[in-house]
Amino acid sequence: MLYALKIATRYLTASKSQTSLLVLGVAVGVFIFIFMSALIGGLAEFILSRTVGDISHVTITAEERDPAILISPDGQILAVVERGRSRTATLAEAATFVPLIETVPGVVAVSPQISGAGFLTRGAQVAQVSVTGLEPGRESAILNLDGYMIQGSARLGTGLIILGETLADDLSLRLGQTLRLQSSSGVSAVLTLSGIYKTGNGMIDASSTYVGLSTARTLFALPQGVTRIEIKLADLNTADATALRIRALTGLDAVPWTDGAAQLMEALNAQAQTGYFLKSFALITIVIGVASALLLSTYRRRPEIGIMRAMGAGRGFVIFVFVTQGALIGLMGGLSGAALGYLALLPFPSRDDFQVGTLPMDIMQGSYGLAITLTVIGAILASILPARAAARVDPVTAIGQ
Amino acid sequence: MTALLEVSELVKTFGTGEAETRVLRGLSLTLEAGEMAALLGPSGSGKSTLLTILGTLMKPTSGSYTMLGRDLVAADDRALTEFRNRHIGFVFQFHNLLPDFTALENVVFPTAVRMGRETPAARQRGRELLSRMGLEARIDFPSANLSGGQKQRVAVARALMNRPELVLADEPTGNLDRVSATQVMDLIAEINRDEGTTFLISTHDEKIAGLCRRQIVVGDGVVTG
Repeated sequence: MLYALKIATRYLTASKSQTSLLVLGVAVGVFIFIFMSALIGGLAEFILSRTVGDISHVTITAEERDPAILISPDGQILAVVERGRSRTATLAEAATFVPLIETVPGVVAVSPQISGAGFLTRGAQVAQVSVTGLEPGRESAILNLDGYMIQGSARLGTGLIILGETLADDLSLRLGQTLRLQSSSGVSAVLTLSGIYKTGNGMIDASSTYVGLSTARTLFALPQGVTRIEIKLADLNTADATALRIRALTGLDAVPWTDGAAQLMEALNAQAQTGYFLKSFALITIVIGVASALLLSTYRRRPEIGIMRAMGAGRGFVIFVFVTQGALIGLMGGLSGAALGYLALLPFPSRDDFQVGTLPMDIMQGSYGLAITLTVIGAILASILPARAAARVDPVTAIGQ
Repeated sequence: MTALLEVSELVKTFGTGEAETRVLRGLSLTLEAGEMAALLGPSGSGKSTLLTILGTLMKPTSGSYTMLGRDLVAADDRALTEFRNRHIGFVFQFHNLLPDFTALENVVFPTAVRMGRETPAARQRGRELLSRMGLEARIDFPSANLSGGQKQRVAVARALMNRPELVLADEPTGNLDRVSATQVMDLIAEINRDEGTTFLISTHDEKIAGLCRRQIVVGDGVVTG
């Protein structure tokens, strides 16, 4: 079918201005497709990074034992022991599992933690806080504490504590000052403030505190094990699959972040659906444009089609000539639109450098290959109707025109 | 001589009911291989319809048509297309070249469409035919830039490209001046004489008809002479 390709190419080059306009129209459609993909994808990434970027993507917590029940010989429940308000279950074999989890593909950081509640006292001032014990060296494994520090250091040694700017202001604390932390287990410790962070998240800045894992063991009377293991992934969209994998590997109750983020996922899905609609409209525009242009070309070239048929060109050959034209238009328009889209997205800051007030475009999410492929397929589909019309041309009538 | 083609009791009607028009009314005709025949008759006598049917571009309403032993009434579109490509050449009144192609590309079209590409051998034969038509200097000219006479000579070359047994020419000189018309007819006569290609030439021109060894007169849908 090389010859059909030659004729298709000749037809396209014979009407340069018409072909250029057609390719430009397709390119604009592809440009919109790519721009929308980059915008919707970038927006989703931005929302996700701002909402769940600093949280654990997969969390393993110790399973609470079922409440103890006293049952009489005749089957009646006589007594139920109410579950305590504070977490008592522990992951005793955390030290064994952490290296194992670190080998799971996609896992970038693992943070064994002891968490609980407590009261922070500075003079007469008291604040209720959450306390998280982190392993030294893994302070920024989940929440990027290093990046949020405004004073001091995120390094957590024995007897050190770091807390948020709001809490520090509320208690009028400065670096190096000592304060008393009493845990929900009733254990108190005098700690030195070694760092103050500001995440921008009101809850974290006002009520979260971080201590070393050894300090937390003392505070919560937990000589071994941890209460939870937080895991960060390279791609948070793989959390569900990775959680399943970790569950299968360790037998622990690994929960992906998506389990508690149904509303966020719904919002993102709705946003993605909007993107699909807009991209579909762009594709439909391309298909209609190509189909109408080729129909016009079919009509204009009826006498030539008649001559070709008279000279022994079969219907299949004629169909191939017009479908090839559609494919070539789709390919040229697709490539031009993709290049145009890429160039237009270049000035936008990358995902990591996104500034407030600009569009959160992600040049890597332009779906260039998909846009070109769909455009070529769409253009081929669009050319089938004109091609079939061309193949049905009656040579006798056409030659007589 | 052997019969190249034979049509018998050919009937062709257009339209239905009261609008039905019977153009061919039981026409019978035999053409021998190597003949050069003129098809004469007034407008509306059925000449063009007969040429169209003989060219396998249209099927008769009834009657039989065999060429080279093939029943061309029963053949399907694909078979007719292939047959037409291999065995029948066309020369139209208005040359009907492909305007976006050069003279050579137009000439090699019938072979290229069959082979799926322009083979070197096809291009060589195309050049030879164009040279024979006196168009060696116009081989790579866009066909749109050629004069009327040159275009018609390219059309003759194209019709001969696949060495067909039969060339059907519908008023091949009808749109040409006297000099060009004579050139084209001389070429046709030369090819008929040298290669034995059968020509059936529809014409109103008595002088053109006089150059042919046989005159077939069609009137009211039948052969009258």
